[in-house]
Amino acid sequence: MIGSLAALLLFQLAGEIVVRLTGLPLPGPVLGMILLFAGLLARGSAPRVFTDTSRGLLSYLALLFVPAGVGIISHLARVADEWMAIAVTLIASTALAMIVTAFTLRALTTTRGE
Amino acid sequence: MNRLAQIWVYIEETPLLWLALTLCVFWLAQQLYRRLGEFPLLNPVLISVIVLVVILAVTGTPYSDYFDGAQFIHFLLGPATVALAVPLAGQARELRRYWLPITIALTAGSLTAVASAMLLGWALGLDSQTLLSMLPKSVTTPIAMGVTEQIGGLPSLTAVLVILTGITGAVIGIPLLRLLGVRDPVAKGFAMGVAAHGIGTARAFEHSERAGAYSGLGMGLNGALTALLVPLLVWLFGF
Repeated sequence: MIGSLAALLLFQLAGEIVVRLTGLPLPGPVLGMILLFAGLLARGSAPRVFTDTSRGLLSYLALLFVPAGVGIISHLARVADEWMAIAVTLIASTALAMIVTAFTLRALTTTRGE
Repeated sequence: MNRLAQIWVYIEETPLLWLALTLCVFWLAQQLYRRLGEFPLLNPVLISVIVLVVILAVTGTPYSDYFDGAQFIHFLLGPATVALAVPLAGQARELRRYWLPITIALTAGSLTAVASAMLLGWALGLDSQTLLSMLPKSVTTPIAMGVTEQIGGLPSLTAVLVILTGITGAVIGIPLLRLLGVRDPVAKGFAMGVAAHGIGTARAFEHSERAGAYSGLGMGLNGALTALLVPLLVWLFGF
């Protein structure tokens, strides 16, 4: 498990270093994810301990959002000022994105005779 | 009395209090969510944030003091983002089979999510920093916060907007798509993942295993695409 955690941190570190060296418009951990994804595809399979540790960490994903979420306390005035526009934008945009994705995928998979 | 004051001074100065409290509050919120039938509006993240904000406000604790303790949890977002590659690689076979429809639907959905937020937010007169913080709202928090930081928004505001987007998608997703006649679990799941990241994916898994798998795929792919797309669109439109 320690080895798996170290591997995840090393991929993150590699991502951060490459982003800083190349100026890619990506967060370091995202590039780390892409590197790991490419590595997993190239390798075919990952050691069981590694996938277990990764899934374990992801099962607590929700908790990891809490400290950042509490940061809303610094923006309470902003949210109180703009809550109506925020709510309308957020709900309408989420619904639109979902409809466009679902209809595009359905149209493309059914016309191919699946 | 003097000793109690000394103990309080000690507790206030270590990261222990806020770290422990964050874990306790989240655990309780999760219990509540499970006991009450996983009702979407009782999302554990949402409830934890509200409870902790109230505690900070009542005790007059500055956010920076709270974060000194909670940063140990926050730090794990980095390796957790990297770990998202694991379930994604698990979908490799499906990816090879449907790669073209998936790529097109992903691009259309991702563009819609960002562009509609940009246009609607601008039309409704959102402050530019609020608007920037909202653009990556459809992707999972660690990615969204990284993107916001890069384009000059407010990462902590993004975290909350992302969570609210996930809850919105989880609540309206399945009924909305059913109303519009989408029955295919693949299309439903993928759309939930693209528009409403992890919280949408959790909901899709409750619907069916297949919908959940595709939702996880949509969430992972849109995370990577949005990280590229948002900085590009911001640069193009010159915010």
